This record gives sequence, structure tokens and C-alpha cells, in this order.
Amino acid sequence: MITLTPEQAAAEATEAILADFTGGPHRGVIVDSPPGAGKTTLVVTAAMTLAGSGERLMIVAQTNEQVDDLTDKLAAKAPTLSIGRLHSDGFSVPSRVTRHPGVTASNKIDQVEACAVVVATADKWAYVSGHTWTWAIVDEAYQMRSDKLLAIAALFDRALFVGDPGQLDPFSVVDTERWAGLAWDPMQSAVAVIGRLNNLPVHRLPVSWRLPASAAPLVSEAFYPFAPFRSGTAAADRELQLTTAGFPVAWDRTLNEAAATGWALHELPNRHTIRTDADAVQACAGLAVRLLQRGAVAHDENGSHDVGPDRIAIGCAHNDQVAAIRAAGVPAGITVDTANRLQGREYDVTIVLHPLSGRRDATAFHLESGRLCVLTSRHRHACIVVARAGIAELLDNQPSTGRVQLNVPVKFPDGWEANHAVLAHLSDHRVQA
Amino acid sequence: MSVISSYARALAVQTGRAQPVATVRHVHLSATPMVFIPLKLAGEAAAPLAALVGTDPANPRLLVVPQPRNRDLRFAFMAELADVMLPYIEGFAAVTETVEAKTPYERSSDAPQLLVPNRGGVAFTKLLGRSTRFRRADGPYPVHPSVPVLGQWLTFLAERAEYAGSSALVALTEALALHWATGQSPMEDANLATQLAWIAPPEGQNGPEAALAAEDPLTSPPAGPETHPDFDGQVLDHAIRAYESSGSPAQVREALRTQLEPTWALMWQAVRLLRGLPEAATVDARWAKDRDQFTRETARLADGGFPRGRVDGAVSAAIRLADLESALQTYEAQRAFDDPLVMTEHRVAGKAFSGEVVAVDATRRIVPPGKTRPAPRPLVTIRTSDPVRLSPGKRLFSSRNRKQKTEIVSIAGDLVVIQINDQMGRGSTPAPGSVPEVGEIVCYAELDPGGGQRPRLPSGEDTPWTHGGPPAPYVPTDEDAQEAWS
Repeated sequence: MITLTPEQAAAEATEAILADFTGGPHRGVIVDSPPGAGKTTLVVTAAMTLAGSGERLMIVAQTNEQVDDLTDKLAAKAPTLSIGRLHSDGFSVPSRVTRHPGVTASNKIDQVEACAVVVATADKWAYVSGHTWTWAIVDEAYQMRSDKLLAIAALFDRALFVGDPGQLDPFSVVDTERWAGLAWDPMQSAVAVIGRLNNLPVHRLPVSWRLPASAAPLVSEAFYPFAPFRSGTAAADRELQLTTAGFPVAWDRTLNEAAATGWALHELPNRHTIRTDADAVQACAGLAVRLLQRGAVAHDENGSHDVGPDRIAIGCAHNDQVAAIRAAGVPAGITVDTANRLQGREYDVTIVLHPLSGRRDATAFHLESGRLCVLTSRHRHACIVVARAGIAELLDNQPSTGRVQLNVPVKFPDGWEANHAVLAHLSDHRVQA
Repeated sequence: MSVISSYARALAVQTGRAQPVATVRHVHLSATPMVFIPLKLAGEAAAPLAALVGTDPANPRLLVVPQPRNRDLRFAFMAELADVMLPYIEGFAAVTETVEAKTPYERSSDAPQLLVPNRGGVAFTKLLGRSTRFRRADGPYPVHPSVPVLGQWLTFLAERAEYAGSSALVALTEALALHWATGQSPMEDANLATQLAWIAPPEGQNGPEAALAAEDPLTSPPAGPETHPDFDGQVLDHAIRAYESSGSPAQVREALRTQLEPTWALMWQAVRLLRGLPEAATVDARWAKDRDQFTRETARLADGGFPRGRVDGAVSAAIRLADLESALQTYEAQRAFDDPLVMTEHRVAGKAFSGEVVAVDATRRIVPPGKTRPAPRPLVTIRTSDPVRLSPGKRLFSSRNRKQKTEIVSIAGDLVVIQINDQMGRGSTPAPGSVPEVGEIVCYAELDPGGGQRPRLPSGEDTPWTHGGPPAPYVPTDEDAQEAWS
């Protein structure tokens, strides 16, 4: 058997997806994409292919930030393409979008309708009526709730649904089991619904360009047990170098471990704490400060660069933890956010406050595999997890017992199992504070 | 549990008495509510056993099924229940008022309100509705014509209860928990007897003592719908056998009366306690929504409307979810703006803050994003001692003017600067009173009372291919009442 290089494997997958989308018998094609697998590149390629043959295309993304990113990349790759950026009233389009001459931004569909490609959020598309497109691309479709898709489905004939199945499911503030088990349950993701009601082909992107060789196997095994992927780079391609030697203190030892292996578990003594655990919060902020002070340099396949504050993120589960970490003195420019908002973003180094750290109970929210998956798959070089000791025991004492609902498809991976897989791996990179 | 409710519970344990967590009443209480305490047969999904029902505290009506395994007797019970409930419910349709709107319409001046003891009572009401609304007065197993009509109404009430802030069908334990924190767990608060013991213990007793006494199933039998297993085995079983041999339901009636009457007294005690609180400002507006829906349902049934399906279609599910979400959002915001004690929870969580206005730049004008001409955008600086966890750009609302949109400009130490975006009149300077003045105490929160525009969804017949295409139209058949598991 001939083993394909990552580049060949990715190109082959992209070709098959485009052939199925533009020439296949189905009205929709689903593409499962692991973290950093070139999803945006696929969307841009598909858009350029369709636009190149004179077809009009609509693109749906979930947040304004995603739409702006996509528009920017599309315009950079295809400067001659006419792109419409449809937005809501009162929204100010950032300069990274408006700097491209091919982009027309407007809050009125009539002013951008003539563009070869029109990009907008699902919320904005829901207000468009009386216009139709043959082709549509729905980006981040696993983050989209199925009722959002219902509102815009009449606008297009055929669609490419692209998304990451390992990330967080969409949610509702309403707590109801009224629709549990229904194929069109509006609280499910758009992909879950179209997948159940239409027999659509599912493609996979096989290579993660973001995750380093140290992370791809773990993330693939823990969170994508039935859709394995590999890293696009070899272990030697990525190196995180700390230009100053550390002190023999826990923070610096943790950074050394992370720089050397790509993973570190900064373990605090076992204790039950409130959500905004002062020690854990201090450790997250302190590690970020030391990382900058020690002058980290990232070497990768594209060259070398200093790891500045904009290349570092701190992720946690709750908003009050975000607020507490920000208040603990994080250097300006470092991103501190919840898992929900870190979805789709990329950094060189991430510092993660483990969702189960210091907890007495492992609720479904804190166990959700998507949350841990998002937090541990944002980095290109290293991921540092800050946690209280005792999470493995907590998991064993509190096996997850959700209510069984009839006709609800079983979801893999199980959060309990995924948490254990990650913990087992991290235990080899433990630094006790 | 929020910090405030945990604190209130701890305080309740320490003082031995339930602590108020609201200063005003957030549920509507009708002048003539109908109290309904249903009981079901153990081990059956929806076999009614008995009910105590009525609008007069001194005159409850006891209905029983002397042999609950007999389906004819069950539906005879439902016909009797319809006899009590339908005149009450349908009576409200007669008196209407004209609502001044863009297109004025008629709305019932009042609407039925059903009070049940707990969440289980709501769920059982829904099941009773489901087991009766598809029945027919003709066909293979005919029932009294009033039974399916009652089923439609019970379904309507139970479905209304899913909307936050609706008072059409109220579980009293939940209504009480909204206003008092007891020293027991939220799970134990689902027991009406012990919850009331904490809130209003008898003379000479404190909360924990009274609650312990109220746990005795002999003095306070379960408020249903499940009965106590000892009662089932030692009393009910004998009484049902006696009915089988003698044909007289007297013994069953007497046994069930002893199980229901203590709860009946507790229900009215709870109503009196809740009536003692002044009504919150927006309760009336939310009750108007219940009345709107009651008026619509009356019209739908008068047109011979079909019983509501067991499952929602793709479009109706999406619409319902959007309605549920907007009802919840509105309710949460209204409750906080109505009640400073509820707002405290949000202030402690950093989602709201209160303080004194220390500076106002009322004449500031800028060109808002996406606009071409300058418009008034005054800045207000507020000094607060609250732990504010909001970031610049966050949209805020206030009870000063709940429609006015404001946003955070900056937070530095204890000073928060907000910008006011609308509701300032048409002039080039803000209308008097539309902007807070220096020295005023204000409270701003990220709670959006909502009610904004929503995108339209396709109609059911236009369900797109992504969601399974248009469903087949409903045609009633004799098999409708069959359950997969029955």
C-alpha cells in the first residue's frame, strides 16, 4: 500500500468533496472537519471553483467574526471576485474586510445580490426573502441550531455543510425535553437534523494542519474515535523555544515541560473550591505572564516568530472564571475566553483551566466532550492545563448518568471517557505546584 | 443555585424560618382560581384515581374512580371532571374587552387559572389531556362528548405552563419557591406540606420542627399525583375490593377523602400566603398574554379545531422554541426590573450594577456606525460598589425606561461609563427626563426584556427538504387515541 503524504491526502479529500458537491446526485454534502483541518481553505476553494464557472453562491456562517474572517480570506485569495458582505443595520464592518476592492458591504440584500458570492450570518440570512441561489455553503454547521437552518433553507437548492463534529453543540436557554427523539428536534445542530432526515454523503478532512504531531493523536483518539485524522506536520517541524532559562519554581517547570513536549499539566493540591478558585486563576494568569517574560519563540514549517500576547489564549468553562482571570493581571493582548467563544480560533500556546478542576460533581455541562475538545485543540505548539488534583477520582465516583431518551442517536465520544483519555495522557506531563 | 438563594437557604437554616427571596408577587393569582388535586393509580401511566377540585375553599368536589383498572369508569370520571371544569373554563369566554392595538381585537377580560400542588400535578394534567383529547363520542369506544373537549382544554393549560411567566396552570410549590427560600433542598421543596411548614410554621414551632412533623404521611398525605405505598396496600386495596363485592363506592370515596383533604387545606393556605404579597408591576402584562391565548384557543375550538398532535412538526417545533425562549428572556428581565431583591442576584453575579450618577455629558453627539449624520449619544458616568463583570460594548437595560438601549463604553475602578442610544425624542438634544441626572441612583443590567423583531419561518406546508419536506396533512381516525405502549 502506498502511504499518501498529508498534502496528497488533503488534496484528494478536497477533490472528492468538490466533485460530490458540484456533480453528485445529492442536494447536500456534509464535511466533517477536525480542528484546523483547512475547513476555511475548503470553503474558499469551493467558492472559487463555483464562481469560476459563473455560478452565484451564498455563504452562511454563524457569527459576524466568522463571516469577516471568511470574507477577508476569500478576497485575499481571489481579488477579482465580487463579494457581497451582507450585515445587520448598525454593524460596522472591520477594515480587514473593507480594504479589499472586490468587497461590497451593505445591510440591504438588493445592493449585494449581484455579487458572485454573498456572505452573511445565518441570523441575517433569515431576514432575506424573495431571492434564491442554486449553491450554498454553510460553514460551522455543527454550531448552527437546526431552527436557524429551517429559516434559511428555502433560499438555496444545494448546499455544502462544513463543520467540526467534535466541538460544542448549540444550546438553548430553555430546558425542555419536549422534542427529544424527534428527527427535527430544533435544539439539535443543523447537521444532526439534515443527516437524520436525508441520506447525505459524509466526507472527512483527514489532516489537521494546526495541531502539532504531539497533539493530533490524542485529540483524534479522545474526541474523534470514528473519524481519525493525523497531523500535517512532523514532530521536528514544530518547536517552542524559551529564550531564557527558568527558575526552579513550579510555573517555570510547567513551561519547560510544555515547551519540550507540547503538553503540561500544572497540578494544584486536591481541594474542593468555588468556580473562581483563586489559586487556579492565579496560576493561569501567572503562567501567561511568565511565558511572555521568558521570551518564547515558535519555530514552524513557515519560519520562526516571537510568541506575542496575540498568540496566547487562556480558556475556561464559565464567564465568571474569564472575568476572574482577566482581573488577576493578564498581560494586555492575551485572549481570555470561554470554550464557546474560542471555537474556531487558533493560537501558538493555550492555557486551559480544566472544567472539572476543584469540583465536587461532574455535571453534564462540565463533562461535555466538546468543551474539553475545544479547549485542548486550539494550539499550534503547546497546551498547558491547570487543574486541581483528584479529577480522575471525581470521574470514577460520579459516572455520568444522563436520562435515557427514546430515538435519540447515541453520541460519541462519551464525555466521561474522553475526559479520562485526556487525563491519562496529561499524567505523563504533570508538574506539581 | 445562585449566591443569593444559597445564602437565603443558609439563613433559613440558621433562623429556623423560610427567608423571602422576592419583595413582590411574580405570579398572577385569579380572584377565583380553581384548585385541582389529581391522584393517579400507582404503576399506571395515566390512570386517574381521584381528584379534589373546586373554586370554593369550603366546598370541594371529590371525584373518584372506584375501580381504576376499569377504563369505562376512568372515562366516567373524566366526564364528571368535565362537568366541574368546563363550565368554569368556558364561562370566561363570555366577557370580553377590546384591546387598543394597530388592529383592535377582542380579548377575554379574565381567564381560567388552575392551581395544582406540584410539578407532578402539571405533568399529570398534561397526560390526562393526552389520554382524552383524541377520544370520540362515536366510533368503537365512545365516551361522553364533554371528555375530548376537556382533553383539549387540559392540553392547552398544560402547554401554557411550559412558557415562563404564564399563570394559566400553576404548581403552587414552584410559586412558593419563587418567593421564599426554605432550609431544605430544592428537591424537598417539591413537598407542599414541608415547604409550607418552613414558610408558615404553626404557633410555637420553628420551621425544621414543623417540617419534620409534616413529613408524617398520616397527618400530611402526599399531595399527589402518586399516593403513599402504605395507603395503597393497607387502605385502598381493601376499599377497591369492597367496591367490587358490594358495588358501593362509599369506602373508596372515604379513603381517598382522607388523602386529599389535608392537601386541599394546604393549597388554600398557600394561596392566602401568596395573596399577602403585593403584585409585581408586569404580572398584569403577562396575564394579558395568557388571556390572549385563552381567547385564541376558545375561537379555535369553536371552529372545530383538531386536537393538538402528540408531536410537533418541524416548523411548529421551531416556532414554539423561539416563543419559549423569548418568553423566558422577557420573564427573567421583567422579574429583575420589578423586584430589587431579584436584581440583587444579577448584581452579585456581576451582570448588573447599581450606583449613583456622578457625571452626565448630555450634549454629546457622534456619527453612529452605519449612519451619516451626527445624533445625540449622551454619556453617563456611574459610581458603583458592585463587582461589575461586563465588558465594553455590552448592551444594557434599566428599569428607568425598559425600552431604552444603552451600552457600556468603559469601566475603570468603580466608575462605569455608559452611552445612551435611543428613546431621547426627536430633537437635536435629549428630551427632558430621558437621560439620568447627576445624583440619581440608577441600576443597569444586561437583561433584555426582548419583544424585538423575529425572522419569519416557512409555513408548515413549505417545510424545506432539509427538515423532511412538508408533512402529510392530518386526518382524524379512530386509531388516534391509541398509544404505542397501551
